[in-house]
Amino acid sequence: MQRALTLHQTTIGKKVVMALSGLIIVGFVIGHFLGNLNLYRGQEALDAYAHFLQGLTPVLWGTRLLLLFAFGAHIAAAFSLWSRNTKARGSRYKKHQDMATDYAARTMYWSGPILLLFVVYHLLHFTILPAHPGEVYRNVVEGFQNPWIASVYIVGNIALGFHIFHGIFSATQTLGANHPRYNAYRRDAAIAISAAITLGNLSFPISVLAGFVTL
Amino acid sequence: MSEELLNLTLHVWRQDGPNDPGRFETHQANGISTHMSFLEMLDVVNEDLIEKGKSPIAFDHDCREGICGSCGMVINGVAHGPQKLTTCCQLHMRQFKSGDEIWLEPWRASGFPVVKDLIVDRSALDRIIQAGGYISIRTGSASEANEMPIAKAIADHAMDAAECIGCGACVAACPNASASLFTAAKISHLSLLPQGQAERQDRARKMVAQMDAEGFGGCTNHGECEAACPKGVSLQWIARMNRELVRAVVSSDSGV
Repeated sequence: MQRALTLHQTTIGKKVVMALSGLIIVGFVIGHFLGNLNLYRGQEALDAYAHFLQGLTPVLWGTRLLLLFAFGAHIAAAFSLWSRNTKARGSRYKKHQDMATDYAARTMYWSGPILLLFVVYHLLHFTILPAHPGEVYRNVVEGFQNPWIASVYIVGNIALGFHIFHGIFSATQTLGANHPRYNAYRRDAAIAISAAITLGNLSFPISVLAGFVTL
Repeated sequence: MSEELLNLTLHVWRQDGPNDPGRFETHQANGISTHMSFLEMLDVVNEDLIEKGKSPIAFDHDCREGICGSCGMVINGVAHGPQKLTTCCQLHMRQFKSGDEIWLEPWRASGFPVVKDLIVDRSALDRIIQAGGYISIRTGSASEANEMPIAKAIADHAMDAAECIGCGACVAACPNASASLFTAAKISHLSLLPQGQAERQDRARKMVAQMDAEGFGGCTNHGECEAACPKGVSLQWIARMNRELVRAVVSSDSGV
């Protein structure tokens, strides 16, 4: 007989940690995307928005600490579950056919590390080592005019789209929000949210590359 | 009209015991009637092997009418084979064509050690039940069925979970070899009924702890278990199990 474990020690508890931390990050990603739409209002608007955020020091650092905590918890729980899950199969099947797994679910262990690398690159590029400190609009436009940099952002955001599609859907299941009345909408809602964010984010480098947004 | 008979090539996982590394063996199954069940086809192959003085293919079976949960093997990469909502004893050979190659493997999971060939030890599922999948009140002699009113909708809903026959196909199909669907069905079934209320929180905590202790993986919400389940047990029960566990863990009035 096993003594009952505290929540975070169970596989379900670890998934709850992943779901809650993932939803915090998705919430930030939505806000980040909406703020970035200022790019289309022009140089002054985007730079003013960035300075406004810089001025809110406690909020800025509170958000940064919360995100750091969420990322840490998300990655730690993912690693713990991954190492357990890879051992649980034992020997591999010679033949295996997926019946229900979609592309996003199958590639979570790939899209996750890709996103981590992308986030590190993104922070270095715009936050930690910007080419022109304080000139956000110029950094964005000059950065995305380079097709290599733009393609890093395009790949990163496609990985983001797949990751948060399975993530949002999966989080509702993990947090027990499965109900006959709205089950049919869960997958659709996850598709709608992740598609809106991904297409919106992809529009930034593409608009610059296409010459719609210039210095 | 003469009946078409099938000639099939079987690639069967043979393993002499838990510590044997195991290997595939190829056998021919000739003159198979399409009216046979999959297990009857294996019976024919085994009679042939016995006549040749070879060891027959070991596989689990009992009721052969799709309700006991004993039989189970991975047929061409799919638990219980190609037909939905069907155990392999109820899978008929009309699902196959003459000339087909069929790969047969046991359920592969650390929690299900192979006993021999296609037979695995599924007693991990029994231990999950023993951890809390019961009601420990004394019921005495058979009581009046309608003594405790249960709404028809609730009774039907609980029955949807109780349909689980414990065959282990969910574990076999899951990319993480997780027993979540099985454990969820058992926790949910009792949590819906009035008799299950007294031990509801302890049950969720103990059964989940036992599920983890058996070395099964965690749920990643892929849905393979639901697709493989011969009884159509739904993913919604895993969401309910998650709710039950979180509720039990945050509540203070539990004895464990």
